[in-house]
Amino acid sequence: MSGFQSDNAVVKWIDHRLPIFTYMNHELNEYPTPRNLSYMWNFGSLAGIALVIMIVTGILLAMQYTPHVDHAFASVERIMRDVNYGWLIRYVHMNGASFFFIVVYIHIFRGLYYGSYKAPREILWMLGVIIMLLMMATAFMGYVLPWGQMSFWGATVITNLFSAIPLVGEGIVTWLWGGFSVDNPTLNRFFALHYLLPFVIVGVVFLHLWALHRFGSNNPLGIDAKGPQDKIPFNPYYTVKDAFGLGVFLIFFAAFVFFAPNYMGHPDNYIEANPLVTPPHIVPEWYFLPFYAMLRAVTFDISIPFTGIILIEAKLGGVIVMFASIIILFFLPWLDSSPVRSGRFRPTFKWFFWILAIDLVALGYLGSKPAEQPYVAFAQIATAYYFFHFLILLPLLGKLERPKPLPTSISEPVLKGGGMMAGAAAKPMEKP
Amino acid sequence: MPKAMMKTFGAAAIAASILGAAIATAPRSAQAAGEAVPIPSYDWSFSGIFGTFDRAAMQRGFQVYTEVCASCHGLEYIAFRNLAALGYDEDQIKAIAATYTVGDGPDDFGEMFEREAIPADRFPPPFANENAARAAMGGAYPPDLSLMTKKRANGVNYLHALLIGYEDPPAGVEVPEGQYWNAYFPGHLISMPPPLLEDQVEFSDGTPATVEQMSSDLTTFLAWAAEPMMEERKRMGVKALLFLLVLTALLYAVKRKIWADIH
Amino acid sequence: MVDTAHGGKDEADQPKRDFLFLAAGAMGAIGTAAVVWPMIDSLNPSADVLALASTEVDLSPVEVGQAITVTWRGKPVFVRHRTEAEIDEAGAVDLAELRDPQPDSERTQKPEWLVMVGICTHLGCIPLGQKPGDPKGEYGGWFCPCHGSHYDTSGRIRKGPAPENMLVPTHDFIDDTTLVVG
Repeated sequence: MSGFQSDNAVVKWIDHRLPIFTYMNHELNEYPTPRNLSYMWNFGSLAGIALVIMIVTGILLAMQYTPHVDHAFASVERIMRDVNYGWLIRYVHMNGASFFFIVVYIHIFRGLYYGSYKAPREILWMLGVIIMLLMMATAFMGYVLPWGQMSFWGATVITNLFSAIPLVGEGIVTWLWGGFSVDNPTLNRFFALHYLLPFVIVGVVFLHLWALHRFGSNNPLGIDAKGPQDKIPFNPYYTVKDAFGLGVFLIFFAAFVFFAPNYMGHPDNYIEANPLVTPPHIVPEWYFLPFYAMLRAVTFDISIPFTGIILIEAKLGGVIVMFASIIILFFLPWLDSSPVRSGRFRPTFKWFFWILAIDLVALGYLGSKPAEQPYVAFAQIATAYYFFHFLILLPLLGKLERPKPLPTSISEPVLKGGGMMAGAAAKPMEKP
Repeated sequence: MPKAMMKTFGAAAIAASILGAAIATAPRSAQAAGEAVPIPSYDWSFSGIFGTFDRAAMQRGFQVYTEVCASCHGLEYIAFRNLAALGYDEDQIKAIAATYTVGDGPDDFGEMFEREAIPADRFPPPFANENAARAAMGGAYPPDLSLMTKKRANGVNYLHALLIGYEDPPAGVEVPEGQYWNAYFPGHLISMPPPLLEDQVEFSDGTPATVEQMSSDLTTFLAWAAEPMMEERKRMGVKALLFLLVLTALLYAVKRKIWADIH
Repeated sequence: MVDTAHGGKDEADQPKRDFLFLAAGAMGAIGTAAVVWPMIDSLNPSADVLALASTEVDLSPVEVGQAITVTWRGKPVFVRHRTEAEIDEAGAVDLAELRDPQPDSERTQKPEWLVMVGICTHLGCIPLGQKPGDPKGEYGGWFCPCHGSHYDTSGRIRKGPAPENMLVPTHDFIDDTTLVVG
C-alpha cells in the first residue's frame, strides 16, 4: 500500500501541517481488510450510521422540545402536528432507536459467533460493551422525554432499582430524582444527559475503531491474514458493500417509519404522564425486555442456610443479576478458553451459540409478560441458563471440544472451492 | 470422555429447545380479569398502504363529536384551522370557530376575558381541569379524544367496538349504579353511558344516523385527529420505498461489478 | 440483474460500468438532498406559528396625536393616530431627497392612521417616539437610539445609517375602529 499522494496544492499544504488526509486515506481508503468478510460484517458500519441518524434527528427535535413536566407532552404533539416534517423527524428518531439496537445486537451476536472478542481484540470487545451500556442509558433517558405514562413509570421503576443498594440506596434515588419522586428536575437532567451521552458514545466509538484498526477486522474463518493476498483495500470493496447494506437497512427502516411507526412503541405512552395512576402493565421498550426478565426472575431472598439471616434481598438480587448479565460480557475474552475463534470450526459451540440466542429471545418474550406463573419460572430457568452459558459452558467447551481443522490461510479454502456457509464475499476466486 | 460430554450437551440443547418452544407457545392465559377483550377488526377507508381518510365520513364524525361527545370530552391538540383537512374552506372554519368562546387576556386593564374563537385557537376544553371534570361527572374523568385511537392498543378498532359494544349484562352480573356493561371495555364496567342513540344527529348528506354509522364516522374523525399526518406519511412512504428499492438494486449491481475482479 | 460472469475487465463492459456508477451516485445524491430538505424545513415557522399571523386591534381609545404599540408575529407594530400637521408634513416632503423614496399615500390606507412594524431597518432595534416624552428625532417621527437613525412622520428614513423606511405590514380596517394587521 502506497502512501497518500495528492496533486491539489491546498490539500498538500494542509496535509503537511495536519496529516488528516493521509490518516483518512490510510484508515478508510487503503485500509487492508480481509477479503472474505460476509454480510454479517455490515452491521458495524450500519451501527455508526444509525448513531449519526439519531444524533442529527435528535438535535432537530431538541430545538422544538420543551423539557418541562407541564409542556413536554404537548411540545411533542406540537412536533407531530405543527412543525414542518416534525412527525417524520420524530418517527425516524423513535424507530431509529429500535433499529439501532437491532443492528447493534446483530453486531454483538456476530462477534459472539466468530469469536471476535478473542486475543488480540479484547479491548475492542470491551469498548463495544461500554458502547452498549451507554446506548442503554441514553435510550432509557430518551424514552422519558415525551412524558407519557410509560415514560414516567419506566423512569420511576428503573430509578427505584437503585433503592435496592443497602444503606445508601434511598439517598441515591432521591439524588437521581432531585426530589422525592420523578418530577421536573428529573426530566430536566434526563434531557441534559440524553443530549450529552450520544457524544460520549461517539468518543468511545472512535476508541472502538482505533482498537479495531490496530489488528484489523476478524473474519468468518477466524484466522489471521497471512499476507497481502488475504486482504483487499477497504475502498472501494467494502465501501460499496456497506452502501448496499445501508440500502437494504433503509428499506426496512422506511417500511416501519412510514407504515408502522408506532408498532414498536406502546400505546400508553400517548397518555400524558400521571403520577397518581400506574398503567396496569408496565413494560420497557423491546430492547430491554431480556434484561427486564432477568431483573424480575429473582423472586427469592438469598440467606445463609438454616440461620434465616438474609444476605441479599430479592430486590437487590434482581438488580445484581441484571447488571451482572452485562458485566459478565467484559470477562468473555477470558471465559471462553477455546483457542479457535470462529464458530465454523467449533461443532459443539455452534449448537450452544444458537441455544443462547433462543434463550435471549425467550427472555425477551418473558419480559413482556406479566410477572406471574408460569412466566417467572421460565424466566428463572432462562436466566440461569444465560449465566451457565458464560460461566460454565464456555470455559469447559474450550477444553473438551475438538475443533475442526483450520484452513492454513484465508485464501486457501476459497481456492479449494470449499466456501462453507459462504456469503457473497467468500465465493470462489479466479486468482489468489 | 468428550463423547459423553457431547451427549450431555446434546441433551441439554434439546431440552433448551423444547423449553424455548414451550415458552413460545405458552397459552396467553394472562388475559385475566381486567385485561383487554379480543377486539374485532373492521374495514377502514384509511387502512392499508394507500388508505386515505374518507372526507364525508370525517365531516359526519366531526358533527357527531360536536353534538354528542364534546360536552364531556375535549379535543385539546386540535385547532380549528386543522379542520381544513376535513374539506372545510376558510370561511366555514371561521364560522365553526366563532361558535366557541375561548379564554384570553389579560386585557389593558389586567382582566382575563372571553372572546370568540378564531381558526388559530384550539378546541376549548369542556372542563376547566381534571378535578372539575370529576366533580361534574360523578368521579369519572372523560379522557381527551385527540389521541384516543393512538393511546389504546388497536385503538381504531377498539374505539368502534366500544361505541357499539353496549349490551345487556350477562345473567348473574350485577352492574353498579352509574356504570354500564360494555362487551369490549376492559373489565366490562364502564362509567360512560351509551353515548350514541339511533337518529341522535341529523346528517346533512342524508346518511341514516344508525349507531353503527355514527360510531364508524366518529372513529374515522378521531383517527384523523390522532394522526393528521397519516396521508402525507403514507404518500411519502410509497415514494421513499420505491426510490430505495431502485437505489439498492443499483448499489447491488455496482457492488457486483466492483467485486467481479476479486472473485 | 447485471451479468458479471464474463468478468468485469472486458473493454466492452466499461460504458455499462460507468453508467451504473453514475446512476447510483446520482440517485444517492438525490436521496441525500431529499433527506436534507425536511430537516432544514423543520426549522422554518411551524403551522401554529403561521396561524397566528394576524392580530386584531381596537382603535377606539387612541386619540389624535397618540400612538399605541401592538404585537404582531412577536414584533412591535406602531399604530399612530396622526395629527393634521403630521399628515401635511409627511405629504409635503420632496421624494427626491428621500433615501428610500415612497409617497406617504402609499404607506397609509387612511391618512390619519400610520401602521408599521416598529423595527429600525438598520440592525433591528426598536426606535423611540411612541410615548409623549420620547425623542422623536429631527423629523418629528421616530429616533433609533442604537445608531442614530431618524424617521419622519411617515416612518421614512431621513438621516442615519438605516437603509430603508420602516416596513408597512399588510393591514386592513374592518370598520372605523377595528384594524387587522397581517
